[in-house]
Amino acid sequence: MAPYFFYFLAFLSILSALMVVFSKNPVYSVLYLVITFFSIAGQYILLNAQFLAAVHVIVYAGAIMVLFLFVVMLLNLNKELEPHKSSLLKLSGVIAAGLLLVTIVGSYRGAAVQVVGSAMDTPTYDNQIGLVKNLGKVLFGDFLLPFEISSVLFLSAMVGAVMLGKKDKV
Amino acid sequence: MLTQTLKTIPIEHYIYLSSILFAIGVLGVLIRRNAIIIFMSIELMLNAVTLLLAAFSTYRSDAAGQVFVFFIMVVAAAEVAVGLAIIVMIFRNIKSIDINLLNKLKW
Repeated sequence: MAPYFFYFLAFLSILSALMVVFSKNPVYSVLYLVITFFSIAGQYILLNAQFLAAVHVIVYAGAIMVLFLFVVMLLNLNKELEPHKSSLLKLSGVIAAGLLLVTIVGSYRGAAVQVVGSAMDTPTYDNQIGLVKNLGKVLFGDFLLPFEISSVLFLSAMVGAVMLGKKDKV
Repeated sequence: MLTQTLKTIPIEHYIYLSSILFAIGVLGVLIRRNAIIIFMSIELMLNAVTLLLAAFSTYRSDAAGQVFVFFIMVVAAAEVAVGLAIIVMIFRNIKSIDINLLNKLKW
């Protein structure tokens, strides 16, 4: 049953990602992007990466999408008045993206990677690495310095957002 | 059930799914003119890459990949905060977020 769940989630994420790009109203785009993020969180659960699934739902579906929706509402963009590019430009965009997809898949096929699947049968394989306990040990052990530096990044991002959003110049 | 899933789905399918999602993100950047939709397409591309990182991390049983996904999420959150502030600023100045009006840096 579980493989079908993977294909269902993959289909759902691809379909809603296409709707993000092609829907005219920005509010619908944001809502379809929420569906995409939830299906990707489902993929994380299937991968037994429970910490990532929780963080993904909290950060993306909780914080980032609320921010997007807030800006769309604030700028009063919830109408379909976006002037559209000419159909020639659209067609060339579709062709360019399709060629990129063909290039990525073709380079993977050409490389013929087959070593990655075999690690699952080795006795050292551990499928519990995605749990909060094990990931926390790695995060606060080997990656403690990047973790602390990211707090400085957040502080500078907050200061930058406030500075940019201020109405009058200092 | 979860480990059974990992054994039945080959890693290739994760690569194909991530490639398709990334290509859809590129498509959104290329064909839309609304700055917010372009921003959302960039988020879509970031998500495609992080999904592949998590998949490889689980298949190789290496926790570093999932930590990297966590850091990418951190950077994406900071990026969204600053980027949306810039978009609000642009809207305040030119009363539009159509990127075709923002061609002063083009030449």
